[in-house]
Amino acid sequence: MIRWRRARLTAAREESPTARTLVFEVPDWPGHLAGQHVDVRLTAPDGYTAQRSYSLATPEGVELTVEGLPDGEVSSYLVDELTVGDEIELRGPVGGWFVWRPAVTTPVLLVAGGSGIVPLMAMIRARRLAGGDTPFHLVYSLREPARRYYAAELDAPDPWLTITWVHTRLAPHRRITKDDLPGPGPDVFVCGPTGFVEAAADLLLDVGHDSARIRTERFGG
Amino acid sequence: MGIISRGFRGRPRDDHGRLPPGQYQVHDFPVLSAGPTPRIEQDRWEFAIDTEAGQTHRWSWQELMALPQESPTADIHCVTKWSKFDTTWQGVSLDVLFEDVETAAEYALVHSYGGYTTNLPLEDLLDGKAWICHRFDGEELEPQHGGPARLVVPHLYFWKSAKWVRGIRLLNEDWPGFWESAGYHNYGDPWREQRYEGD
Repeated sequence: MIRWRRARLTAAREESPTARTLVFEVPDWPGHLAGQHVDVRLTAPDGYTAQRSYSLATPEGVELTVEGLPDGEVSSYLVDELTVGDEIELRGPVGGWFVWRPAVTTPVLLVAGGSGIVPLMAMIRARRLAGGDTPFHLVYSLREPARRYYAAELDAPDPWLTITWVHTRLAPHRRITKDDLPGPGPDVFVCGPTGFVEAAADLLLDVGHDSARIRTERFGG
Repeated sequence: MGIISRGFRGRPRDDHGRLPPGQYQVHDFPVLSAGPTPRIEQDRWEFAIDTEAGQTHRWSWQELMALPQESPTADIHCVTKWSKFDTTWQGVSLDVLFEDVETAAEYALVHSYGGYTTNLPLEDLLDGKAWICHRFDGEELEPQHGGPARLVVPHLYFWKSAKWVRGIRLLNEDWPGFWESAGYHNYGDPWREQRYEGD
């Protein structure tokens, strides 16, 4: 059983105008793989609880980046209310499919739509920790540069990391296209909202990627 | 009860007992799958039940359409926490498809176009509990929601309702499917909150 653990917020920082990165201290955290997520549980004074899943943003420690959704019951609390020193509950790690393992040295293509960057950033950071010479290519689609997460790291990428930026709300408005995507060969991880993941996965098949090597993670609702 | 989250009040509680523990209600229809959406033409589609004795029962799309159709309405619950109430489907009950299938097997491994698998006890597919559905909300089922046809087993978490369903293998021994091999619960009853292995 993956048990619920107390998690104390030890640091928080603004990641974008609408997103916040939360660093938790979780006693006896068992560790996790890049790409895995946790379930967060909030409890109201009358016993009502709400749970949501969030991707871990780092390969070590428990760090989440949460996008505040309009009307988001849990996300707005995590972004606007939670204060350093507060405790919540979480359990994990969860998910054994959408993960990157440092022992696998196949080149990697990461395709992020908006806040879908979070588990992919955990993979980039795990790759940095692992050393070696596995090349990573990140295609990051987002509305505009100001919305990007992890600016300090992505503006000065590691030498093994290639980044293709796609800005969808900056003139000329555009969506991700085949020309943004490198051809087959790498293991592919796609994460983002449903519409983005559907479109990106179809484009990847169009440029010749093997569907068996495309892993997707979607969020919505 | 867990620790109180300072300042957390949550949404109004108005689900009238229809929400399993840890779930919240949505009004759209989120999509979750592990890889790209397979596209399968209806005239190349087929569905098969393979018994533990090696017999195969097959249906083409036309044969499926010619069977008695039902229109179940059900609440569905995804392990990622969303629930959607009163979803309306059209399809063929597994009871109809199993009418001429002779089996003593206890387990079923459902498999899909694209390679997805999920396992469940055979009894959870019978007695009006499961359908092969090809219409949702009055429309042809879209590929991203599992079209041309998907399994619908609403009493279990929705990952058991395999999209792009291709067939069922009947087995004497339980064989874990895709998510069941990746840390998720083997049975997946939302009312007992069986999300992950060991829950």
